[in-house]
Amino acid sequence: MPVDIDIAKVAKLARIALDDEALARYGAELGQILEHAERVQALPTDGVEPTSHPLPLVNAFRPDEVRPSLDRDEVLAQAPDAVDGYFRVPRILDEA
Amino acid sequence: MTDLADLTISEASRGLDDGRFSARELLEAVLRRATVTEAQLHGYLTIDREGAFAAADAADRRRAAGGRRGPLDGIPIALKDNLCTRGVETTCASQILAGYVPPYDATVVARLREAGAVAVGKTNLDEFAMGSSTENSAYGPTRNPWDPERVPGGSSGGSAAVVAVGSAFAALGSDTGGSIRQPAALCGIVGMKPTYGLVSRYGLVAFASSLDQIGPLARTVEDAATVLAAVAGWDPHDATSHPEEPPAFHRSLERGVEGLRIGVVAELMGAGIDPEVLAETRAAVDRLAAAGAEVVEVGLPSVDYALSAYYLIAPAECSSNLARFDGVRYGLRVEGGTAEEMMARTRAEGFGAEVIRRILLGTYALSAGYYEAFYGQAQKVRTLIRRDFAAAYETVDVLVSPTSPTTAFRLGERASDPLAMYYSDVCTIPSNLAGDPAISVPIGLDSRGLPIGLQIMAPALGEEVLFQVAAEVERGAGFAARPRLASSEVMEP
Amino acid sequence: MTGWEAVIGIETHVELQTRSKMFCGCRVDVGDEPNTAVCPVCLGLPGALPVPNRAAIEGIVKIATALGCVVNERSLFYRKNYFYPDLPKNYQISQYTYPVGEHGRLVLHVDGEELAVGITRVHMEEDTGKSLHVGSGGRIQEAEHTLLDFNRSGVPLVEIVTEPDLRTPEQARAYGAELQRIVRTLGVSDARLEEGSMRFDANVSVRRSGTSELGVRTEIKNMNSLRSLQRAIAFEIGRQVEVLEAGGSVVQETRHWNEAEGRTVAMRSKEESEDYRYFQEPDLLPLEIDEAWRQRIAASLPRLPAARRAELVALGADDRTATLLVDTPVLADRFEAAVSRGAPARTVGSWLTGEIVAYARSVGADVEEVVPAVEDLVELAGMVEAAELSATAAKQVLAGVLAGEGTPRGVAEARDLLQISDEGALEEAVAAVLADHPDVVEQIRAGETKPIGFLVGRVMRATGGKADPRKVQEIIRREAGA
Repeated sequence: MPVDIDIAKVAKLARIALDDEALARYGAELGQILEHAERVQALPTDGVEPTSHPLPLVNAFRPDEVRPSLDRDEVLAQAPDAVDGYFRVPRILDEA
Repeated sequence: MTDLADLTISEASRGLDDGRFSARELLEAVLRRATVTEAQLHGYLTIDREGAFAAADAADRRRAAGGRRGPLDGIPIALKDNLCTRGVETTCASQILAGYVPPYDATVVARLREAGAVAVGKTNLDEFAMGSSTENSAYGPTRNPWDPERVPGGSSGGSAAVVAVGSAFAALGSDTGGSIRQPAALCGIVGMKPTYGLVSRYGLVAFASSLDQIGPLARTVEDAATVLAAVAGWDPHDATSHPEEPPAFHRSLERGVEGLRIGVVAELMGAGIDPEVLAETRAAVDRLAAAGAEVVEVGLPSVDYALSAYYLIAPAECSSNLARFDGVRYGLRVEGGTAEEMMARTRAEGFGAEVIRRILLGTYALSAGYYEAFYGQAQKVRTLIRRDFAAAYETVDVLVSPTSPTTAFRLGERASDPLAMYYSDVCTIPSNLAGDPAISVPIGLDSRGLPIGLQIMAPALGEEVLFQVAAEVERGAGFAARPRLASSEVMEP
Repeated sequence: MTGWEAVIGIETHVELQTRSKMFCGCRVDVGDEPNTAVCPVCLGLPGALPVPNRAAIEGIVKIATALGCVVNERSLFYRKNYFYPDLPKNYQISQYTYPVGEHGRLVLHVDGEELAVGITRVHMEEDTGKSLHVGSGGRIQEAEHTLLDFNRSGVPLVEIVTEPDLRTPEQARAYGAELQRIVRTLGVSDARLEEGSMRFDANVSVRRSGTSELGVRTEIKNMNSLRSLQRAIAFEIGRQVEVLEAGGSVVQETRHWNEAEGRTVAMRSKEESEDYRYFQEPDLLPLEIDEAWRQRIAASLPRLPAARRAELVALGADDRTATLLVDTPVLADRFEAAVSRGAPARTVGSWLTGEIVAYARSVGADVEEVVPAVEDLVELAGMVEAAELSATAAKQVLAGVLAGEGTPRGVAEARDLLQISDEGALEEAVAAVLADHPDVVEQIRAGETKPIGFLVGRVMRATGGKADPRKVQEIIRREAGA
């Protein structure tokens, strides 16, 4: 059975502006994919530790040394909008 | 006389050393080939003629001065367009990065440059490496050089295609669920995914960080080893790179397989695999047995769940990795009245459908209330798959299977059915989940004249035995066919 | 507020003053020029990867150890996913399960009572960039644009979360002050509230006295001093009690402290609570802080404020002076050194926490820059002990020393402040005064003691204030036959 998803909420979380038609289409497709993905729940995994990483290593650090930063002009040249050394965006609606 | 573009890297390198031709001439041959093939193939998104000629001329000057850097000095190589190249546009085949010029080189790019390699250009891919056909490129698909009505595989389809036709001697690709091996198989070349952590990911635009690995695509196993040797090894910029010396994989090619134990993965030799692919796979395995290997059948029961686990883990990581594309600091911006609107519109218009699909899927799989059932459970399945592999490697040295369940499929054939497309990676995904190395070697053609690849898998850091077996498979197959497009002669489509 | 009890917990963010950022080599100590300390990593450019700064890890382990936390042998980084323009990757590398430190406690002394505040967790994360809202007004709602500077992006940030163990605004302030002292003593951060290198958020709820159920809490942000921390919490407690007594209910929300208006204001409330979609950061390996490393860091810790305060009290400082001295470690150092070389604790303590701090403030300098050398303090105290200087003259000499006029003796001589302690000279001066006032001498001889003070005053005037008044009095009594 396809999984039922609150696709509008998911799209909002993912910050993607989709119209109703697109939401319906993605919702249906995701339902089908998740129906297949749900197979993972069929495997008994009691007491199995999750693998979040394939490496058996720990503690990769860098020494506390200052390295050259990027040239600001080069960085801001890629910006869609920049002014006075800053990146500029439209006003922010909500507070983080 | 052989066209220089058809030489292997080792042949070309010897020719340069002997002074039979220059790096500039090699590059000219490769660019001539590209001129003929690109209109139909569309393997490249960017060709950096100026940068390439400067690098080739520098290589010629080094050789003239007796300062050759190594086997790649002066060799034209292509780069998948999700590898950052300083000063050269890097788009990931996405509208959202149209025109983006990185201010730094990926570590692998820097290492290739240090080795003297000539970066020809940036190759096409499925947008952000998400796909198995290179149809998901915002800049149009790449065609299969053996049959332009068919896909080259993906996501490193551009890299595989240009190497197959000779518009590069080798290429770098990235492999998250099979994105190097599957297109290599579909284009009749060698493609290799190293052990996770053997090659630095710094500068590879991330798709799924715990699965992504950069690797070589080349026309021979030896060439693949040569390219890998140039880019492998610890990188202080990647905390997940292996600190040890890379395995001595370049020295095992001539050893043969006498006494090795080779396991055929039972779960990947049955339903869902094309019969012609199965037959060629069995023939290749028989040749290994004839060469002295002991062949046994091995079961990896949880591999049946690999695809499901992968399609939760990879989208989850991608949903986070691709959050940075928001119209604020670089790339596309679609204006909006507020920052929130601007970001949401930029992302809706900048990403293609498959990328949006995976971002939404991953966002959902990580969200409150669903994490344990989906992402958490997938990570546990990953543990079970790793255990299955570990158990198998107690009795065998390497595992083999088909690389792809089918040969190249037609453009559009799977485009409207995400699940059918995802199934293209059923044989390759397990190695990514395990973090182990794997390679695809061409072993023959099907009845339509399309190439078939054999996948060889080895335990983590087992590149030495992996290349040892791959070289024997290559010798046994004697695969010498070249794709239709691989000619400098003007062809009629 | 009778009949009500507040329940307060505090979340503190401390920026670590490492040389380079948490995950890249950009410098932490940046000037005002925007976007000059940025690189692919802290700008979230495609393909960039984080590599943790070892010094930052050591810094957080120091803090966790100082707060009595269990330092987890294995600790993990997570991604906290949310979209905000000043968060370059649109996720923050942080910690979730298995933070570096857990289960600690901080003991406070407030109004003579001891209070143990539970520390829930101490975890490592990275700072965001800075947003500058421009346009009409300056309030975020009225801004037309937001300017972004990523110099601060990726600066190592330690988050310290308490249990809801605090009950009054005073306790909250005492907690903030003590935490600030600890962080400064450890030398991991300058912990300046006004500059944002230390930031507090307070969770506040109220309940009827004698009940144990927690009320609905609000989170208060934007308190830029210890004083505003205390004021904001006091205001918020009052507001909540007022709402509840009027029969209303407290809404769970984030409120912004407006320092100028002295009140908290609800921020735009989100339609739904954030879903951060935490998952383990795949670009980073687990942290393994083994026993040997933990021990090495524990052994390297300086004396913490509580221990130091106890030692200063044992040397003779009163509680208040000891607390003030500990606030500025250089003063505590001077105090210890001077007292151990024989200077009286009371006098030196009073100079250090009084005149010297006041002088630094008056010239706008750091105390570290102006505090006199131990030798000078010892010499000055010795001159007072030997009655070469009066207490008042000593303060004048101290002012001269602070102003760079020379050593205490040099200043005392140059300013002609040394007391006349020479018996002969004093006797001469007294004799002259007595001779001028025979009638007064008569009164004294008759048994009145009051006029002695008058004669002492005359002698002091005659000697330009340099006579030791105790000695003068002694001589007058003897000579006048009192």
